[in-house]
Amino acid sequence: METDITDDFTLWKQGAEARLFTGNYLGKSSVMKERFTKSYRNSTLDAYLTKERIKAEAKTLVRCRSAGIPTPTLYLVDFERKRIVMENLENSLTVKDYIIQLSETDDSNNNLNELEFISQEIGRLLGKMHSANIIHGDLTTSNMLVTQDNGSVRLHLIDFGLSYVQQSSEDKAVDLYVLERALLSTHSNVAQMFGAILNAYQLVFKDKAKEILKKLSDVRARGRKRDMIG
Amino acid sequence: MVVAIGFEGSANKLGIGIVRDGEVLANCRRTYITPPGEGFLPRETARHHREVILQVLQEALDTSKLSPTEIDVVCYTKGPGMGGPLYSTAIVARTIAQLWRKPIVGVNHCIGHIEMGRLVTKCDNPTVLYVSGGNTQVIAYSRKKYRIFGETIDIAVGNCLDRFARVLMLSNDPSPGYNIEQEAKKGKKFLVLPYVVKGMDVSFSGILSYIEERAPSLIEKGEYTPADLCYSLQETIFAMLVETTERAMAHCGSNEVLIVGGVGCNVRLQEMMGQMCQERGATLYATDERFCIDNGAMIAHAGALMFSSGQTTEWKDTFVTQRYRTDAVEVTWR
Repeated sequence: METDITDDFTLWKQGAEARLFTGNYLGKSSVMKERFTKSYRNSTLDAYLTKERIKAEAKTLVRCRSAGIPTPTLYLVDFERKRIVMENLENSLTVKDYIIQLSETDDSNNNLNELEFISQEIGRLLGKMHSANIIHGDLTTSNMLVTQDNGSVRLHLIDFGLSYVQQSSEDKAVDLYVLERALLSTHSNVAQMFGAILNAYQLVFKDKAKEILKKLSDVRARGRKRDMIG
Repeated sequence: MVVAIGFEGSANKLGIGIVRDGEVLANCRRTYITPPGEGFLPRETARHHREVILQVLQEALDTSKLSPTEIDVVCYTKGPGMGGPLYSTAIVARTIAQLWRKPIVGVNHCIGHIEMGRLVTKCDNPTVLYVSGGNTQVIAYSRKKYRIFGETIDIAVGNCLDRFARVLMLSNDPSPGYNIEQEAKKGKKFLVLPYVVKGMDVSFSGILSYIEERAPSLIEKGEYTPADLCYSLQETIFAMLVETTERAMAHCGSNEVLIVGGVGCNVRLQEMMGQMCQERGATLYATDERFCIDNGAMIAHAGALMFSSGQTTEWKDTFVTQRYRTDAVEVTWR
């Protein structure tokens, strides 16, 4: 009988779409993400969506790597068991928790600097990602990880299940809009953060950024049944 | 104790309800039904409302066994909805408020659905899926507003179903969505359709074009039956709605879901949402057609909540508006 090399993995987190396990894969500390069947979904549709999302996640992890965007290294894709195995970023924290942690410490001056710094980092990475025509599809502060190594802070992007490749500024603007709304519902100092993110984004993604930011204001105005002003 | 009368006429239903402190005393309704293959248009719908409104008003008063003197506040749907129908209904509400010398309250239609849903199901702080012919929103309450977490970026889910019913020439009686639901029960073969979730938002217009274009030839060639297509359409778009609702719940840490709006009557949607809830240990709340579908009682109830918290609408502001977002209303009663 074939032995499963991921037998010794232990459950770490349970999300809405997948379970995360940690363990050792070929001697490397790894995370295994196993998507589960959604019983409410038609089985054909469920199988199709799960496969598409695993494919998107695996492809984009690699594509991001080659574009110089820090992401966990991909080790294994197993469609049969609906799993991918990737590098475990040890001692990492989601940006969401990182910001909450910052707001709980007392040194408010330093906090503002840290917040500014992490916002710039987010903007820089997203600029890089969009220059490579990668659309994340579900940008939230829970889908970004921070690792701290000897005082230097490093940002990584994760959760690429809804990602795809697209050149148009429309899709990039929607990507930013999703992030803005996610920030609005999670964090209190959003205006400042999102401003810093967009500034850094523009610096990295020079030529096309203007067009995308213009599109962003179109997208913001697009919600249905908005008041007609102006 | 507040007794409120509510006038609803934002789409093809004309409803008048009377509510006393959350107790529904009357909830009368007429629906404008068009022939198969046709939707309802603003002008004809407004005419329908004008023709039946006085009759429905009398019926509501008779059912409640109240006289106008016992009513404290007149409530009407200010928006969103179709201009003509909204306007025809608001005129009658304004007239009786002046005749009876009662204060008037303009109510946001979506807020009416949410508050009626909370009243009927007794849920406390749910993530709300509001799905109807004109609206598709995932809503959660936070800091004095019903905030929209996700919504359709083009047509509403009910509009998508209604328009597909027209392609198949299904009857509009009692509603095109109901007849799609009945057809779908017979469907077996699943056609993979586009699945369009953008972040927290959903989009239906591309799916509709896709299936509209292919339906005639798929049926003619005998590859799929109309029932199969209804089934595939429902399974796909409802899965999108359940997925975005689940993500909103995960984000807000919520363990209650409330489905409101006309499409909320769909038993298959309730079933799918129920399964999702069960898997995450949450509770689903849904109402039946009396309260899911547009009605006067919901406007009366939401208006009564606003009135009790000190809100009335000044005469100069008693207009109607086709565009009126759920998150534009300051929630003074929670």
